[in-house]
Order: sequence, then structure tokens, then C-alpha cells
Amino acid sequence: MDEIFDDIERWLTKGQKVAVARVVDIEGSGPRDPGAAMAVNEAGEVAGSVSGGCVEGAVVGEAIELLEGRRTAGITTFGYSDDEAFAVGLTCGGTIHLFIEELNW
Amino acid sequence: MVTPIYERFRDSIRAEIPVALATLVEGPNLGAKLLVEESGFSLGSLGGEELDRVVRRDAIAMLEAGTSEVRHYGSQGEARQHDLSVFIECHARRPHLVIFGAVDFTRALASQGKLLGFRVTVCDAREVFATRRRFPMADEVVVDWPDRLLARIGNDLGPRDAVCVLTHDAKFDVPAIMSSLPTRVGYLGAMGSRQTHEKRLERLLEEGATAEELQRVKSPIGLDIGGRTPEETAVSIVAEIIALRTGRNAPSLSDAKGSIH
Repeated sequence: MDEIFDDIERWLTKGQKVAVARVVDIEGSGPRDPGAAMAVNEAGEVAGSVSGGCVEGAVVGEAIELLEGRRTAGITTFGYSDDEAFAVGLTCGGTIHLFIEELNW
Repeated sequence: MVTPIYERFRDSIRAEIPVALATLVEGPNLGAKLLVEESGFSLGSLGGEELDRVVRRDAIAMLEAGTSEVRHYGSQGEARQHDLSVFIECHARRPHLVIFGAVDFTRALASQGKLLGFRVTVCDAREVFATRRRFPMADEVVVDWPDRLLARIGNDLGPRDAVCVLTHDAKFDVPAIMSSLPTRVGYLGAMGSRQTHEKRLERLLEEGATAEELQRVKSPIGLDIGGRTPEETAVSIVAEIIALRTGRNAPSLSDAKGSIH
């Protein structure tokens, strides 16, 4: 997470809300290990990454829904799982599980 | 608004103080946090004293191994139950690469080590060679004998750390290897041709090392990729360090026969 603190601090100082998505588990091949994190502010600005660029766009959407109160914190999965609600996958064929929450802790 | 947990987490990571952050990611109290340090100090709670105690214990063990993963527990922290899931994110101290010998190969290996996130120490007893100016990429450059440096830091070396002996000189190689053998260091490699290493092994046996202990020494150092330049050799060494850690069967020069280039 260390590479995203500078951006987070700047956003918090401006009074912006910040969501954090972290890779908590991967199945098969995944580009980033558990602990990889990205932060998104309410304006949709991004710091860090959770994959090789495959799912970041979708994560921004989830993060903004969270900050606007249209979804709750929790685990979101990208990849080839049955309960996948939207067609965003990893080109490497793996599955990643992200925990998305607001930075209010 | 952020809390003291976030502030301590951020400050620890920035100061490179090992820290683990446990987040409840499935179950009641979703999002609850417990920050854990190596000393056993913790901040926050996942919602129960017993659960906190078990997660604290697991997080301290994971900090040593440097792994981050989801663990499952019963509601009171019981093992082999699946009432709740806790993601334990570990920020371990950086692994340590200790390079003995301030030679040309050392520059390339020190740079490769930094690229892979190691804290890099270069040590040589000859002060004209072991200078900051020659090794600006190293975290520290130590003018001392290998056995004296290892007497100071040997106890801190663990499975994620590496010692590479590049001196090519028995006067330095032998004390460096002898003093590394009793440590828990994960990787121990020594540069030199097969012939050099045969002679070095004789010296080490005379010094009292056992043949079994010396199995640990990777020499000729590195993977068998035909590397020749200092930079290529450095790649083959760090690749061997990675392969040893991950347990993959990449071909090491020490397991092959014939020419090393």
C-alpha cells in the first residue's frame, strides 16, 4: 500500500471520501499478490493497482458506487466465477477476490 | 475521517517498521480492523477478545514469513471453522541481501537486489574497494571482515535473506561461509569456478565444516543460463535466490556439470 499513501493523504486533506480495494485472494494465475491495493476518490481519481490493468476500470465503478452509498463494503470477485454479475475478467484466466471498503478506519 | 489505526499503519509502512493489518472481510463486524506489530502490540478489535488473541498470534507468525492471506475462524477464533474470514495483510521487514566482496560483480548484484526489494549490504575488509562512491545503490557499505559482520548481524538473518560471497579469495571466502553456516539465512551462494569451489570445500572441511552443512552452499553461484557479464551473472544469482525460495526446479549451476559460461 505504501505507494498510494501520498495520493490518499492529498485527497483526505481536501476532504474527499476515499475507497480502498485490496486483493485478498487469487485463484489460478493473477498478476498481483494479496495485499496489492488501489485507492479511488469520489471524483474517480485512482492510485495504485490490483491487476495488470484488466479490472481497474470496473473497480473504479464499484468504488464510486460504494462512496455514493449504492453498495456496501465487501468482497467482489473478478474472473471466471458463476456468480459473476458483470463480464470483467483477467486476460490471464485467473480469478481475483477484492475487498472494497471506504477508508473510514 | 481516519482513525489512529490507519495513522499507525501508514506511519509504520513509511518507516519500514513491520506491521500487520487484519480486516474482517466476511462475517459480522464486516470491515473491523486489528493492527498487529511484531512485539505483540495491537490496536483495534475484530469484535471479540479471544478472536483478537488468535489473530494476533497468527499475524505475528505471518509477519516473519512475509505472507498475506485470508484466514478462516470460528466466531470465537476457533481453528478449522468458517464462521468468518479475516484478511491478514503483512508488511514484513525487507529481506536482507549481504554481499561479501566489493568487486565489479557486486555492483550489478547490488542493483538487482535493490530492484527486487532487498535491503543490500556490501562488505569487504579492503577500504579502498568498499566505498559508498563505488556502491551508491547499496543501503550500507561496511569495511570489515565477513566473520565480524556476521557476528553482529548473523542472528537476524532468516529464510527470506541471502548471503552471496563474491570475493574469489579464500582469505575472505572461508570466514564468510564458515560464519554463515550457523545462521538461518535462506540462501548462501559463493562465486567461483568448479575448480575454485573444490579447493574451497577442502579448506572449509579443514576449518571444521561438515560435508552436510556445505551442501547448502550454492557454487558455482547462480542458475545455468550461460550468463557471462556481471549483469547477466547478477540475473542468474537473483533468479536462483527466487527459485530456492519458491521451491521450483530451475537448473542451478551447482547441480550441473561442465563449463559455467
